[in-house]
Amino acid sequence: MFKFIIKKRQAPLVWSSCLVFFGALVLSLAVSAIMLALQNKPPLTAMVLLFNGAFGSLLAIQDCLIKAVPIFLCSLGVAIAFRLQIWNIGAEGQYVLGAIGATWVALRFPDLPWFVVLPGMLATAFIAGGLWGLIPAVLKLYMRANEIIVTLMFNYLAILFLDYLVYGPWKDPVSFGFPMTREFSTSAIVGKIGHTQLNWGILLCIFSGVAIWIFFKYTRLGYELKASGENIKAARYAGLPYHRLVMLVLFLSGALAGWAGFLEASSTINRLQPSIVVGYGYTAIVVAWLARLNPVSIGIASFLLAGLRVGLEHLQLDLQVPAAFGGIMEGLILLTVLAGSFFVDYRVSLGKKS
Amino acid sequence: MRRAMFFWVFICVFAWGVASAADTPMKVGFVYVSPIGDAGWSYAHDQGRLNIEAMDGVTTSFVEAVPEGPDSERVMLNMARKNYSLIFATSYGYMDPMLKVAKQFPDIVFMHCSGFKTAKNMGNYFGRMYQARYLSGMVAGAMTKSKILGYVAAFPIPEVIRGINAFALGAQSVNSDVKVRVVWTKTWYDPATEKEAAKSLLDVGADVIAQHQDSPAPQEAAQEKGVYSVGYNSDMSKFAPKSHLCAPIWNWSSFYKEMVEKVQNGTWKNKSYWYGLEHGIVDITPMGSMVPKAVQKRVLAKKDEIASGKAKVFVGPIKDQSGKLRIAKDTPADDQELLGMTWFVEGVVGTTQ
Repeated sequence: MFKFIIKKRQAPLVWSSCLVFFGALVLSLAVSAIMLALQNKPPLTAMVLLFNGAFGSLLAIQDCLIKAVPIFLCSLGVAIAFRLQIWNIGAEGQYVLGAIGATWVALRFPDLPWFVVLPGMLATAFIAGGLWGLIPAVLKLYMRANEIIVTLMFNYLAILFLDYLVYGPWKDPVSFGFPMTREFSTSAIVGKIGHTQLNWGILLCIFSGVAIWIFFKYTRLGYELKASGENIKAARYAGLPYHRLVMLVLFLSGALAGWAGFLEASSTINRLQPSIVVGYGYTAIVVAWLARLNPVSIGIASFLLAGLRVGLEHLQLDLQVPAAFGGIMEGLILLTVLAGSFFVDYRVSLGKKS
Repeated sequence: MRRAMFFWVFICVFAWGVASAADTPMKVGFVYVSPIGDAGWSYAHDQGRLNIEAMDGVTTSFVEAVPEGPDSERVMLNMARKNYSLIFATSYGYMDPMLKVAKQFPDIVFMHCSGFKTAKNMGNYFGRMYQARYLSGMVAGAMTKSKILGYVAAFPIPEVIRGINAFALGAQSVNSDVKVRVVWTKTWYDPATEKEAAKSLLDVGADVIAQHQDSPAPQEAAQEKGVYSVGYNSDMSKFAPKSHLCAPIWNWSSFYKEMVEKVQNGTWKNKSYWYGLEHGIVDITPMGSMVPKAVQKRVLAKKDEIASGKAKVFVGPIKDQSGKLRIAKDTPADDQELLGMTWFVEGVVGTTQ
């Protein structure tokens, strides 16, 4: 008799893990294609449309990059916290606070030149988002409050605060009572790069990604973080400053999400309004896990996920596939890829039953 | 691997074919904020879309459940890139994104529903739903025993506030000391939240539930409790046949047809269209059999008066919640006042924040 033997791999897979990833992707696409066929939609055309809509032209790729920016920054942020096994579910709220911080500068100093306003917005968003992450850290360390619950609750607080501002003190006087702030002055808007659709926020992403990568790879603090994440007790025993590390990761985590909020408010909406909240903070968690907390993979995963969402719009428009199908397909892909990652960590072989 | 290569080659070839295909019929695109579903706001718009789909030389398509931020800008951008010649965006939050896209594509006609901005190639449109709301308020006011009407409302924006005020004025016109209690859900479409909100209103004694929401969940909550309800968007009687008194509804078909024809023959202008009962863009459904004949007659008579312009909904003296006179005696509110309405009339319980 045969049975499956499951063993943890000693050496990590490198290139074969890509194969696993693509295998899972193809499998989920195949299932999606079958579902499309069941709805009497041409599955092959649909797949082509999906691909074309996401990556088929320069314009499409730009669309995806723009969409990927906030997902990437939020995801990079939560990944830092996850490295230390701190479960920051609050990227959504930190993102909102970043947007609020940036908006405060934009509304308060509309007449200053851009090279003063934009750095100011950048800094305030960083601090506001960071502080929103820091509070749960302090509550965790000194009051033993579970950070999962606290960060999650802080999302609701942040969104309510945003609502308060745009329905109240920051409401645009000429918006006919609609909840939104005044439009930012041009000096508070992150501009587009040349004649492309892209904005300079992309640079901020690259900078953050590289900085985080260097931080983990080459700095002592980064090493301490990784070590503490592997085994908290051992790290404490070795005298690593666990308290400080927790505060640091949650601050950084929130600050990066805050930058995402800043860019979204400044470059794409040009004002603060409730519809800035679309769940990037939660998407970020999935992306971080898909990418196994690696900054480069996070970049790729954010781009692919953005591509999927953009491509699905084309599928809707050209084939009138219901929006819910998009959700199903996204779920399928995430499920198969995450399940596939099992084969990256474990070796499955057939053996004889003794 | 070979199979994978074949797949990519196929994709490239196919992409070429798709990109170079030319089309002749006029393409009309719709952007919806919620899934079309079977009863709500987007459903009503989609009924209009299906009607113009049946016209000669017109093809239509839509994207549903589009968030009101940068996502909507991209959706409209892609419609424009794909040579749609007329694009309808059916939610308030699409206004600024549409304006941006409209500037980039001067040859395409953009129509935005429920906003206030226009451009050379962008107009806006809406219906005077408050007129139909007033009529539904008359029905609710006549049917309530507890004199408390519940109103499940989405967001405290002028459109919704105007509707609540009209509903309250209608109810007060037949039953002077009726109160309207408002609960905000802060969502257009979320059946679970809407139902919870309706239940909270039932708990404080409301015996008619009205709604400015896109799902029929509040109707169901009313029927479960055995009280009456007033629907919205489309006829919701099939979801709560025992409760459903009537519903103020949208009929977008003729308006969309008019716009398509105007674009086809080149007479389209970047106006703000705000049609009312007289045009049929808003209406109320036939009233349920539980509504006494006398009430039905009175409501329909009022409908004729409003449609013919003899009567108006917002005519002073109208006081706000604090008792301050907002609209002077015998003067009708002008459109600017209605479009920017951010206060509740006397008799509404709730806040506009």
